[in-house]
Amino acid sequence: MSALKQSDEGGMGYLETGMSKLVTVYLPLAVFLFVLLFPFYWMAITTFKGKDELYDYERYSPFWVSNPTFENIRKLLFDTSYPEWLWNTMLVAVVATFLSLAASVFAAYAIERLRFQGSKGVGMAIFLAYLIPPSILFIPLATMVFKLGLFDTRLALILTYPTFLIPFCTWLLMGYFRTIPFELEECALIDGASRWQILTKIILPLAVPGLISAGIFAFTLSWNEFIYALTFISSSENKTVPVGVLTELVEGDVYHWGSLMAGALFGSLPVAILYSFFVEYYVAGLTGAVKE
Amino acid sequence: MGSLANNRNLLGALFMAPAAVILLVFLTYPLGLGAWLGLTDTKIGRPGEFIGLDNFRSLADDAVFWLSVFNTLVYTAVASVFKFVLGLWLALLLNKNIAIKSFIRAIMLLPFIVPTVLSAIVFWWIFDAQFSIISWTLKKFGLIDQYIDFLGEPWNARFSVIAANVWRGIPFVAISLLAGLQTIPVSLYEAATLDGASRWQMFRHVTYPLLTPIIAVVMTFSVLFTFTDFQLIYAITRGGPVNATHLMATLSFQRAIPGGQLAEGAAIATAMIPFLVFAILISFFGLQRRKWQQGAEN
Repeated sequence: MSALKQSDEGGMGYLETGMSKLVTVYLPLAVFLFVLLFPFYWMAITTFKGKDELYDYERYSPFWVSNPTFENIRKLLFDTSYPEWLWNTMLVAVVATFLSLAASVFAAYAIERLRFQGSKGVGMAIFLAYLIPPSILFIPLATMVFKLGLFDTRLALILTYPTFLIPFCTWLLMGYFRTIPFELEECALIDGASRWQILTKIILPLAVPGLISAGIFAFTLSWNEFIYALTFISSSENKTVPVGVLTELVEGDVYHWGSLMAGALFGSLPVAILYSFFVEYYVAGLTGAVKE
Repeated sequence: MGSLANNRNLLGALFMAPAAVILLVFLTYPLGLGAWLGLTDTKIGRPGEFIGLDNFRSLADDAVFWLSVFNTLVYTAVASVFKFVLGLWLALLLNKNIAIKSFIRAIMLLPFIVPTVLSAIVFWWIFDAQFSIISWTLKKFGLIDQYIDFLGEPWNARFSVIAANVWRGIPFVAISLLAGLQTIPVSLYEAATLDGASRWQMFRHVTYPLLTPIIAVVMTFSVLFTFTDFQLIYAITRGGPVNATHLMATLSFQRAIPGGQLAEGAAIATAMIPFLVFAILISFFGLQRRKWQQGAEN
């Protein structure tokens, strides 16, 4: 009996069974999941609640929708500029991602594989650049954007988002390129391939998973960006989703919780859907960025 | 042409050029420009002149500025501790042999994926004074008599925004630490079990020391992003009630953009840098040193 108990307390998971595992593993895990996911549930059901139901917790259970309505969504899509915000966010995120990815591939290849003089220092500088937060850059960037005549344009966002995307993507791709064996390149060099051919014909095809990781991560970061979009954009038709929802859907002291939640839901869905297709790449990108 | 194309340095410079130009123009230059702006009296629509350290002198007498420093330190310290403890716990749970593990891992990352401002708006609604679902539930169970004024009282508001920040940060910490846990060889635990180590001893002497390098990196990132947080506060409280949740970043925005005092905002942003460097050094070297000690012992 005591020997059995001893092994029960051991570290090997397969020896843990029954009640103890239920209480020590599944119960806390369920609580974690409930807390982490409840806000999304709350967001979703509020979206479909009508006005009377939204504020009446006595007659209707707040945890369920009794009379689902599309009124909030209709209002969001037809009475506000929400479709334009979605389009702006999409456009800025896609263009900034491709720009940054292209610049990062060359930079990462140069640092990791060409090993030019000072490449170690440049690699370190890229990492430090990633640590510089947007919240200390937005004021000087705002004055620059204004001087360049880019204030209130989407181009201002397309040009400034790479400041956090390039360091991140380059750092991620550097780690990825490191895993591709040197011998492949040496063979190609001996066969007379140029550096350009090596990059496009050998390295890039092998780095596709890394490129996907960096790409979808960059897209998500652009989609989530807030402070630059809040500072550099003033007119409603140029706003992105996060800024538009927060600044345009709140009128004075009146909070239209229904349409606010609908705005949050539809702003979250595109990244959530993208995420659901590329979960493994996300995890690889996330852990790859901190591992090095 | 052939020798040109194969010259490492020239080719390296060429390949670096696009990234370098963008980063030098839109990152390095504004970093310097920000420091310079802090030393001028620039306002929106009016170029400033050099006034030395006057902005910093007036900030030193500014009670709201010091309140924002205090808030930022409390916010960063409390949120980071909770994110670390809960994130590590979640990582340890996910590292066990459990059913539908990859599905759980996938959906628990959602708070990290979804735009912060949008999830912050949901928290704003959850923390509503009249219709908070938390208050309603607690009252239903008879745990409270009155609805909690989540965002109206200074400390309530502080802990509410911290809770929202922790909620968003747990998945990042957990997934990163889980990746670290999976690199620890099972044989070490088998050996420890044979030596009769208890579960706590195994965590303390096998898991924790082997995990320290990744903990150091993860927590450095976490501290950095918490310290410079802007979105969450701006969406939930805008710094209220009576500046009780203003962080340095939100105060800097408040003064510079709606207030028009670009120079003062830039000075506040500059004032964040020493704190930031200090926070990074503490979290990074504080944890690294333990690793060295561990190495020295062995």
